[in-house]
Amino acid sequence: MKERLEELRDEVLQVLEQVNDPQQLNDVRVKYLGKKGALTEVLRGMGSLSAEERPVIGQVANDVRSAIEAVIEAKQQQFQQQETERRLQQETIDVTLPGRRLPAGAVHPLSKVQQEIEDVFIGMGYSIAEGPEVETDYYNFEALNLPKDHPARDMQDSFYITEDILMRTHTSPVQVRTMKAMNGKTPVKIICPGRVYRRDDDDATHSFQFNQIEGLVIGKNIRMSDLKGTLLQFVQELFGKQTQIRLRPSFFPFTEPSAEVDVTCVQCGGHGCRMCKQSGWLEILGCGMVHPRVLEMGGYDPNEVSGFAFGLGVERIALLKYGIDDIRAFYTNDLRFLSQFARM
Amino acid sequence: MKVSYRWLSDYIDLAGIEAGDLAEQITRGGIEVDGVESLDKGVTKVVVGYVTSKEKHPDADKLNVCKVDAGLGEELQIVCGAKNVDAGQKVPVALVGAELPGGLKIKRAKLRGVESQGMICSAKELGLNDKLLPKEQQEGILVLPESVEAGVPIEEVLGIRDEVLELDLTPNRSDCLSMLGVAYEVGALTGRPVKLPDTTVASAALKAADHISVTIGSPEHCSMYTARYIKGVKVGPSPQWMQNRLMAAGIRPINNIVDITNYVMLEYGQPLHAFDADKIDGGRIDVRLAREGETLVTLDDQERKLEPHMLLITDGGKPIGLAGVMGGANSEVTEQTVNILLESAKFDGATIRRTSRQLGLRSEASIRFEKGVDAARVVPALDRASALIARYTDGLVADGIVEVSGEIQTYTDVEVSYGKLNRYLGTELSTLELRTIFDRLGFENEFDGKDSFKVRVPSRRGDITRDVDLIEEAARLYGYDAIPTTPIEGPTTPGALTRPQQIRRELRKRLADAGLNEVITYSFTHPERTDLFVHLSGETKPVRLAMPMSEDRSVLRTGLVPNLLEIAAYNRNRKNEDAAIFEIGSVFLTDEETLTRLPQEKQRLAGLLTGSRTTALWNRKAEPVDFFDAKGVLEMLFAVLGLENRISYEAAALEQLHPGRTAAVMLQTERGGERIGYVGQLHPELQRAEDLADTYVFELDLEQVYEHADSSIAYQALPRYPAIQRDIAVVLDRGIEAGSLLALIRETAGELLESVRVFDVYTGERLGADKKSVAVSLVYRHAERTLTDEEVTELHAKVVSQLEQSFQAELRK
Repeated sequence: MKERLEELRDEVLQVLEQVNDPQQLNDVRVKYLGKKGALTEVLRGMGSLSAEERPVIGQVANDVRSAIEAVIEAKQQQFQQQETERRLQQETIDVTLPGRRLPAGAVHPLSKVQQEIEDVFIGMGYSIAEGPEVETDYYNFEALNLPKDHPARDMQDSFYITEDILMRTHTSPVQVRTMKAMNGKTPVKIICPGRVYRRDDDDATHSFQFNQIEGLVIGKNIRMSDLKGTLLQFVQELFGKQTQIRLRPSFFPFTEPSAEVDVTCVQCGGHGCRMCKQSGWLEILGCGMVHPRVLEMGGYDPNEVSGFAFGLGVERIALLKYGIDDIRAFYTNDLRFLSQFARM
Repeated sequence: MKVSYRWLSDYIDLAGIEAGDLAEQITRGGIEVDGVESLDKGVTKVVVGYVTSKEKHPDADKLNVCKVDAGLGEELQIVCGAKNVDAGQKVPVALVGAELPGGLKIKRAKLRGVESQGMICSAKELGLNDKLLPKEQQEGILVLPESVEAGVPIEEVLGIRDEVLELDLTPNRSDCLSMLGVAYEVGALTGRPVKLPDTTVASAALKAADHISVTIGSPEHCSMYTARYIKGVKVGPSPQWMQNRLMAAGIRPINNIVDITNYVMLEYGQPLHAFDADKIDGGRIDVRLAREGETLVTLDDQERKLEPHMLLITDGGKPIGLAGVMGGANSEVTEQTVNILLESAKFDGATIRRTSRQLGLRSEASIRFEKGVDAARVVPALDRASALIARYTDGLVADGIVEVSGEIQTYTDVEVSYGKLNRYLGTELSTLELRTIFDRLGFENEFDGKDSFKVRVPSRRGDITRDVDLIEEAARLYGYDAIPTTPIEGPTTPGALTRPQQIRRELRKRLADAGLNEVITYSFTHPERTDLFVHLSGETKPVRLAMPMSEDRSVLRTGLVPNLLEIAAYNRNRKNEDAAIFEIGSVFLTDEETLTRLPQEKQRLAGLLTGSRTTALWNRKAEPVDFFDAKGVLEMLFAVLGLENRISYEAAALEQLHPGRTAAVMLQTERGGERIGYVGQLHPELQRAEDLADTYVFELDLEQVYEHADSSIAYQALPRYPAIQRDIAVVLDRGIEAGSLLALIRETAGELLESVRVFDVYTGERLGADKKSVAVSLVYRHAERTLTDEEVTELHAKVVSQLEQSFQAELRK
């Protein structure tokens, strides 16, 4: 019987070698290992064996079954693997075809720059103040030390609506409104962003509507050196640590002393290029110590407190930052222009 | 202000300071130098030539063959095409090898067979601004005065071996509208002394007071009027050097009298005017305001209608000049003039400004008066001009100045605290350093040994009136670079965005993330555009600019949507047919025809969608946007704003919008339902007029959003018991809105209904034209236990029967 079993094993193993699909494999399993299979058939003869032979043959039968099952198992795995490979091949796609991209719009470059500047100042402890775009002559000019007929009004040709009401020419009136609202309290630390309007023929560098951000700090013992420190910190956060500032004396009716501020050219890093007209510097800011008369009109005693103020044009910064050569592009809103600012 | 380097060196020693360095120093001192222009523009080898003879060219009608003595010993033969060339003239000759502005090189040449050894030049060819030349010299070759010598380099004759600094003056530094002012500034920067011009007038037996008299009828507009009488002048051209300097300053030479008044104006910043004394009735001057109805023909031959606020120079009766702005034609100095009255006065700046504005007449004189002239220079300027007139016109200056003037303040005393100065700047200047600075400025000063500096500021620096002005002078001369950088001391402050600012940022970000591009448009628009899309604005009148730049930008916008339409059309014309854009900005509302108070400024958000939502792709078709895209944007925003449960959409017929495809956006507030926005398709007719494809717009009132937005988050525990979903489809009248269907379902099903959602809407012939089928999916759930099939079936049956009853809905099987 032992021989019979071993013969059977050899026969099955031989048959299995020829098997090359899962169906055949199953047929073989049924044929030899199934309930009515050949192995079962042989084992039926076990009853006629002696008590000594039975365990020996039983052991042999188990070995034979294991050997066959092991081969079947291996075959099965092989077929599964083949099947998987076949499927994978079939499912292969051209991954270079474009995906279904989710839309990504863009925040307007002016908003982007404005938010960036706001964030720098928020980090420095400033609040953001806002006010109306249509203003009274008082808030726009008089309270800023620009009485009627002051020659400096020429610097800011304005859009009047009536004798006393006009489009604000800067966001400084927000400073005045804030000072009045503070009722003499210190410290004041604000920036005022917003749209402003000046009569100007539009060209590549001028727009009758533009955006400004002005800052105002009032406190005990605010010094001009603090103004320099503040501006240096600001430009280094905005343009990078290597940026330096240079102050030039200038004139604004609402500050004394006044200065224009240049920063290291963002394009050439100060070596001189076309953008900075070979000077290595770009003018980006106006600033100064708040004029005592403006403090007085804002409800402060200039003998008790001092302050500084500064202002910059958002368009100017955006032009420099992105290398845009025409300010009008901000207001034309060509989608091919806007969509370039979708980046973080 | 254009400053000739050579001229400036008459008043201050500039040795060792090149023009470029000077410009840099002045700029760093606070007066911006816009540029430095070299006047010779690279001219070389051009000399004065004497034309000894002129012959016609044998083969060319328009050419002449000239013999020219250019000081070389041998005469040159030069072919010249200018009509005005003639024998006996002194002319500029470019020799062979000469270079002219623009890089033109002169070579030996043959013109129609005749040899030419150089070129006779016009003013333009020499790089001169021919607009500044006397008219007769603008055409043809430049004819030089007979007195110049042949062979002398032309740069010397024309004074163009010089550089001009263009100063961009801020309004406070009108003191530098004069060469002397600039000299004082340079003196302060360099520490060098200023040399004043000679103002000595020779005495004469002739008495001015016998010939002229002055009265001031309106002293509040004219604080000082001085005049001299000069007899027997010969009007003619002024000396070449003076003409050169005037031209360098951008002023056209006219004749010696006018040129001298202009020259002295540039020197002192004090405008002067010369009248033909014989044309002034009785030699009398009265300064007064104009009377109603008066007119004056000014020097430019224009008749000016005068208004009562305008200041006049009169002869006691009729006007003979517009004070400080322009002289009258009736008293003009001409070639026939023999005797003159020379005026030097201080007129009120605001008065002059108003007049020159109103008449559109801005002159070098009016600009200076507007900014205020220095009282201390009125008489010196008069004397300086008189002396020059005597020297260059052979006139006799009569003895004495005829004047009316109040007390002249030639200085202001200003006190500054030494301690404050350093505290204010954050510097540690010593008293000695400070002294030096004031000395250099030419300000007498005295330190009390403790803290106070008493400084006497001369009236030429009228901009300095209080301590901070002196602090600025100290700072700028000490150097802004030398001021340290320090951090602010004192209490720290927290920085933060206000709620509206936070919300605006969130809206921007969410909309951009959803694929919309932010635009920024102008606040000014055409009046017709303010009537459109005013659904959130109520009855409003457009706010009109007093002097708009154009009708297209003459009023303030009352809504944002009209601007978005323009942006969409602009992009469509450039083949950007798919647009999804939004703007956040203010609109301006008022009920006043003429503003007596500020208009209301309301912040709005508006959006526009047109074209396709998706572009066609290899695996996807282009899908046109529709109403529900626009509405979906709003739904997303309201979810972010925590308002979704308080918002409803009501069909609305709003102007400029498709009557069947527009909804008012309603917000439930404590005041009831309020319209805070709208969303809809553009009316097809407007769409056509605006040249757009199907377009959907929305607009929201942000003030309401700021007030009601809710960003608080209260976590809801996730459900622990299973839900049961039931779908139904009902057929009902087409006019019944899904909104009321859903409302009824919610109401009927009560608390156990977790959610309900429309998943299909079908219309078709099978249903009949006025019917539609709406398929809805309902999810039932109990928070604390598992629902039984029976109770859901029962509840669901109630919902169905309620729909059947209320809407005559028919359950689709």
